[in-house]
Amino acid sequence: MNITLNGRTKEIASSQSLREVVQRFSPDLFPVIAEVNGTIVKKSQWDEICLNDGDTIELVGFVGGG
Amino acid sequence: MDTPLEIAGKMFTSRFLLGTGKFKNKTDLAQSIEASKTEIVTVALRRIDLERHDENILEYIPKNVTLLVNTSGARNAKEAVRIARLAKEAGYGNWIKIEVINDSKYLLPDNQETVKATEILAAEGFVVLPYMYPDLYAARALVQAGAATVMPLGSLIGSNRGLRIKEFIQILINEIDLPIVVDAGLGAPSHAAEAMEMGADAVLVNTAVATSGNPALIAQAFAMAVEAGRLAYLSKLPSPKDNADASSPLTGFLYDQSR
Repeated sequence: MNITLNGRTKEIASSQSLREVVQRFSPDLFPVIAEVNGTIVKKSQWDEICLNDGDTIELVGFVGGG
Repeated sequence: MDTPLEIAGKMFTSRFLLGTGKFKNKTDLAQSIEASKTEIVTVALRRIDLERHDENILEYIPKNVTLLVNTSGARNAKEAVRIARLAKEAGYGNWIKIEVINDSKYLLPDNQETVKATEILAAEGFVVLPYMYPDLYAARALVQAGAATVMPLGSLIGSNRGLRIKEFIQILINEIDLPIVVDAGLGAPSHAAEAMEMGADAVLVNTAVATSGNPALIAQAFAMAVEAGRLAYLSKLPSPKDNADASSPLTGFLYDQSR
């Protein structure tokens, strides 16, 4: 199935948790924050959230800024 | 002597806030933070680049430094609120610099949307430091909305042009009962000193430090200028005069013949 991850289409196996997807595509220690279909998902819930075909996921982190 | 800068009940010795954008490398950033003795740094929130694994900027920011996340990229209040909520979820506190910009040429803040975002986020318990165009009515609305400081721009973002709207910043300093942090456009330590001398409570600098030939060195210079300006302000600077006023006594000259 396909999801949109940070604006790009990615193919993933079905019934993957959000944590599995984050670990696959952003394996580093980056303190990411995740949004699924526009809703913030707390880190404590990343295991419980199963992704569906067509979901839109945003992974964000901190960068330099003024 | 000086009292600490108080923002939302938190005390700070340093009155120099440092932005972390545009640094050539993270070593420059870390050294600048150290040299500046800053206690508040700004960072931005962005989509993670999945192709390129960047270093984690937070590793270069000491734990005792307060993280102030900006809402850069927000074009209206709604987007600023979304960014703030995302930032809070990361677990690094609830300090947010509202930055709502809807003009790509001048990058001027939209005061009206800034007030709206401040109102929403302050009600949600955020410590809100709004970046704004120095307008008295907007500043009053920000106070009303629950802002923790008011942060007027000195000149256009990244322009290094100094205090181009000084008189209007002075009005905010005189009239607004919240810390005034001059943000944007300060291009040299003398600009920072000038802002502090006129009674600003703190300044925020990024571009001038990050893009200088030696960021750590100018960070130190800015810190000294901020302190010098602050001490000058506390000393109650005498006002300028139109005519000369001799510093040496005007009597008892050596050639006086009056005996």
